[in-house]
Amino acid sequence: MSGTKVASPVVDLTDQISLYRCQLELRKFEERAYDLFLENFVKGTSHLSIGQEAIAAGFAAAMRPTDWTFATYRGHAHTLARGVPMTPVFAELMGRTNGLMAGKGGSMHLTSVDHGVMGSYAIIGAHLPIACGAAWSAQYRKTDQVAVCFFGDGSVNIGAFHEALNFAAVWKLPVVFVCENNLWMEYTRTSEVTAVAHPAADRASAYGLESILIDGNDADAVFDVATSAIARARAGDGPSLIEALTYRHGGHSRADPGKYRPDAEVAEWMAKDPVPRYRLRLLELGVSEDELIAIENDVIAEVDRATEEAKAGGIPGEDLLMKDVWADGSGSWRN
Amino acid sequence: MAQLTFREAIARGVAQEMRRDESVVFLGEDVGAAGGVFKGTVGLFEEFGPVRVRDTPISEQAILGAAMGAAMTGLRPIAEIMFADFFAVCWDIVANEIAKSRYMTNGQVTFPLVIRSGNGGGLRFGAQHSQSVENWAMMIPGLKVVVPSNATDVIGLMAASIRDDDPVIFLEAKALYASKMDVPDGEIVDTLGSAKVLRNGTDATVVALGAMVPKALAAAEELANAGIECTVVDVRSLVPLDTTTILREVSATGRLFTVEENPRLCGWGGELASIVSEEAFYDLDGPIVRITTPHIPLPAADALEDMAIPSVERIVSTVTKSMNS
Ligand SMILES: Cc1ncc(C[n+]2csc(CCOP(=O)(O)OP(=O)(O)O)c2C)c(N)n1
Repeated sequence: MSGTKVASPVVDLTDQISLYRCQLELRKFEERAYDLFLENFVKGTSHLSIGQEAIAAGFAAAMRPTDWTFATYRGHAHTLARGVPMTPVFAELMGRTNGLMAGKGGSMHLTSVDHGVMGSYAIIGAHLPIACGAAWSAQYRKTDQVAVCFFGDGSVNIGAFHEALNFAAVWKLPVVFVCENNLWMEYTRTSEVTAVAHPAADRASAYGLESILIDGNDADAVFDVATSAIARARAGDGPSLIEALTYRHGGHSRADPGKYRPDAEVAEWMAKDPVPRYRLRLLELGVSEDELIAIENDVIAEVDRATEEAKAGGIPGEDLLMKDVWADGSGSWRN
Repeated sequence: MAQLTFREAIARGVAQEMRRDESVVFLGEDVGAAGGVFKGTVGLFEEFGPVRVRDTPISEQAILGAAMGAAMTGLRPIAEIMFADFFAVCWDIVANEIAKSRYMTNGQVTFPLVIRSGNGGGLRFGAQHSQSVENWAMMIPGLKVVVPSNATDVIGLMAASIRDDDPVIFLEAKALYASKMDVPDGEIVDTLGSAKVLRNGTDATVVALGAMVPKALAAAEELANAGIECTVVDVRSLVPLDTTTILREVSATGRLFTVEENPRLCGWGGELASIVSEEAFYDLDGPIVRITTPHIPLPAADALEDMAIPSVERIVSTVTKSMNS
């Protein structure tokens, strides 16, 4: 890995067990979300993070509760990792009144301001400038908050990426940009349409930033780089751009079986699956098989319970339709 | 009372609000020491300093994205988009992000921000620096759209827009920047969504916006000399829209003429015509007539631009012809 030195993980074993649990929660949530599509409980589209959990878990662990997450439509994991309970997220996917946004946003727009999740954005690149704005607000109000903005490898070729990076650098904003490089956009390999080998890391120098490339399937490595980038931002030293290599195990969205990917590539990355890999590490560090099984059973029970709670939610009624277009709660444009 | 130009009124309105509220900040291209390309921000940098009045790179998406992110986290930013035509390069942030995020999040976030921009023609700048884009903004649910027609209203509506908790697109007619009027001293705060009746007549109601307002008033003067007495209504705010005042004034005269700088299709007058025909049809004594810029890109040559944008003569002749037919 090029760029910054990756110091040895500063997490202790308790933190590592939490990191494992978090990754497992994200995995089991997404697997259940997929089942719920197949059962037609979840309509529309959805983009799962299966295979990319280490990034969401590692960053969330390094953030303060007051820090902000800006995610893409592939945002279930980032939302949950910040502590949003599973029930309202499942319910939002199902379009129920007990959903995180009462069904008005859907899978691609998960937001929970109370947890610092400042939105999931479905227009490629849009949220990078928005994260700059939150960071600017923190800088202006001297609140010590940091904005962390996640996006895909395909997002580095849109103008907003470049505008935001330059803007954040010249204004020295407390924002951390995280490119989750899963090698593919929708159905096209990013390298086929990108002028540089490392879509984010190779662009860093254009904004006077250090080139940072990490193993995004190793939650400890993610935690480590997240900790230093967030500390840098908090210290007033400006933004960072991190490229985390990873892979999505499934297709781009629920309609996509992902058949365009070579079998060997899929196999190679399945072998680097962050969740079993982290489990193995914990065993090597002396955590008992029994303890891990207990965590796994607990997480599955949580997913089961949240699924049922979400299903029990109501169907949104007309009262919600015209609500909250405007700050006064109304939807009225005339008198 | 002091004589103030429209452009000076912008800086005065912004300064009035920046003095009373620390959370009001200003960003845009050339807005700092340079005072803005239209000199709409002269004095702000000197009074409030580089932390509150901040120059940006030529990055309209970054400017509006930053305004949005700041607004959702406790600030009240005012962003300048130099020419309204440039909204086209950052329309995603306006139409998809700022306008929709409150609704999509079930009211978790608010966007108390103002985007001010030089709008419309009259300066012979050609098709990419002269468009009237009020109809672009009006058609997006979640945006308020304010278009003042004189210096006093600039101050009051700017203050109201800054204090409003929703995103406001504040369109300043470039053709009016040099116009002057006596403006009262002291704080001025107006109300969004209130149209103003500027002149009372009995024969026809002429509803106008922005730079078309002084033209409508001049036309009403000429029409009065010819025996046609017009009410003139300044819309001032397209969203929220003061339909109460407009419907009342149209019902009183039985005729509606709109004067719009935007190109014909989907101009705000079309929406007004629809509202009036649904809700005041039986008060009408004749057809609703829209006076607009034709559906063309604006030409640069003065002779051509003058033909395109509604003129006093065109308003007079259109109203006269329709009233006499
Ligand atoms: C401006 C814009 N263009 C195209 C799309 C359609 N689209 C949605 S996701 C996607 C691929 C994005 O790939 P990447 O940035 O690598 O993120 P990933 O889905 O892999 O997380 C595309 C093209 C979009 N949502 N927005």
